[in-house]
Amino acid sequence: MTGDVMISLKNVSKVFDSAEGSAAVHDLSMDIVRGETVVLVGPSGCGKTTTMKMINRLVEPTSGEITVNGTDVMKQDPVELRRGIGYVIQSIGLMPHRTIAQNIATVPELLKWDATKVKQRVAELSDILELDEALLGRYPNELSGGQRQRVGVARALAVDPPVMLMDEPFGAVDPIVRERLQDQFLDLQDRLKKTIVFVTHDIDEAIKMADRIAILNRGGVIEQFASPEEILRSPANDFVKQFVGVERGLKRLALLKVSQIGIEEGPVVSPEAPIRDAERAMEKFDYDWCSVVEDGELLGWVDRESLGGCLTVAEAQARPFSAYVTHDSTLREALDSIVTSRTQVAVVASGGQRYVGILSLERISKEIIS
Amino acid sequence: MDQLTAVWEWFMMESTWRGSGIDPGILVRVYEHMSMSLQAVALAALLVLPIGLYIGHTRRWEFAAISIGNFGRALPSFGILGITFFITTALDVPGILGFWATFTALFLLAIPPILTNTYVGIKGVDADTIEAARGMGMTEREILTRLEIPLAAPLIVAGIRLATVQVVATATLGAVVAWGGLGRYIVDGLARGNDVLLLGGAILVALLAIVTEVAFGVLERIAAPRLTSQKKRVVAGSRSGQLGPAA
Repeated sequence: MTGDVMISLKNVSKVFDSAEGSAAVHDLSMDIVRGETVVLVGPSGCGKTTTMKMINRLVEPTSGEITVNGTDVMKQDPVELRRGIGYVIQSIGLMPHRTIAQNIATVPELLKWDATKVKQRVAELSDILELDEALLGRYPNELSGGQRQRVGVARALAVDPPVMLMDEPFGAVDPIVRERLQDQFLDLQDRLKKTIVFVTHDIDEAIKMADRIAILNRGGVIEQFASPEEILRSPANDFVKQFVGVERGLKRLALLKVSQIGIEEGPVVSPEAPIRDAERAMEKFDYDWCSVVEDGELLGWVDRESLGGCLTVAEAQARPFSAYVTHDSTLREALDSIVTSRTQVAVVASGGQRYVGILSLERISKEIIS
Repeated sequence: MDQLTAVWEWFMMESTWRGSGIDPGILVRVYEHMSMSLQAVALAALLVLPIGLYIGHTRRWEFAAISIGNFGRALPSFGILGITFFITTALDVPGILGFWATFTALFLLAIPPILTNTYVGIKGVDADTIEAARGMGMTEREILTRLEIPLAAPLIVAGIRLATVQVVATATLGAVVAWGGLGRYIVDGLARGNDVLLLGGAILVALLAIVTEVAFGVLERIAAPRLTSQKKRVVAGSRSGQLGPAA
């Protein structure tokens, strides 16, 4: 990996003396680069939460070394260390007797910021996380699960820490709210560029959120540590293959962009052209339809049937495509467009209706196999 | 009915309140009674609250807290008083006869409810909330003072209320070992066959216990943390069933 290392774990082990209910970690090493989101994922008992908690010393390693920003965590005051690391847990743990504003202001107040600065920061954070100002005076038990979740993130971001630890932060809300929170958080991360260690048991969430995924197995060992795309393309072993699950190909489609694969030219004809041109284009690509493009502008499509008895393509009344994809669309969206369209291809357009080309099922399939 | 009328008349006499001869009167007796009770509870609270906070926060010595609580509930008040009287006289402790015996017995009686409620109240604070607080960089002291104590406050005050009510009621027995307080009326009434004195004393003790109960009820409401922006308050202890051992 390029870039400077923000969090480093070197041969870290954790052994619990008795049945403390926490999972052990065995000789684990990983470097986490500044600004990336690393998701620790694995079955229960794989030590993913233990690993995360060793970074802010909620759990102390039995052996090995952990550094954050170059400093050994064991050589720092744990309280100071934690105040510089954002922490979000599944149940959030807002203080029930404090208002939302007071909860968000927890760490600034511990650091003795003056009241004006605290107030300003709370306003800023509620703006960033789209928390209604009216909520600030309420108490945690008066908020919905999704709102509480966002307050938890706001609280963790309060002093703008460079590192965030998140333990199943979106685990306690329903799927619809979860997806919205994930999207919102990805947007936020695009702007804030925090170094994030994110724990989840949900491989789909990991694929969605991660720059890199570490798949852990029972006993606290890493089975594979790679980008989501790589894990889906070439799982390191049977455990990873099984954990990632079926539909590996489909999941990869969601990660790949249309711009990443070669777009085909496709049959194209101008509206002024004679019917013969349209027939030639169709023959060339072995399709029974053809895109109608005028000065680069996509008008729709015509097929042999609609062309019957016409002199020019324009007479045949091009039918509009039901959906387009763009360079930024995922291959999954392109696939959806393919299976739902009459022409059985995805039309790629840019900047409104500028024709770029087409994507066929064969083309996508070839990309996945390679 | 005659006796009730007699008791009524007894209460109406000024000498009953202000005293006459060797009888110091109700006002002095109430003062004796309350000052002894409150001092015993205060000393117990001073000693036991920190221990309860420590056990609840660290979860160390939990067994001791539970045992003392159970043991205390099983102990007969009269029995303790007998033992403390025996010990104080055997040791020839100076002071008014029966004072230290009564004080020690009341002090011991006040310990279990305060210890149990403090420990249970602190322990009952949501573990995830505490973990989040610790993860954000709160010191153990900050977790205790900003989180655990405010949330456990109603239960802690309830423990002190239980102790005080019990002590006020039990202080009556001090008269048996020659100390004063409102028990004097009951013990003297019994000894002299004076039903008016007996009944009057009993009524006074009952009233005092009720007043104590009510006063602490108000304190408990004040101690309850605010959990809602609505005008109507939600009392922490009543919100969930996990709290409240003997409240």
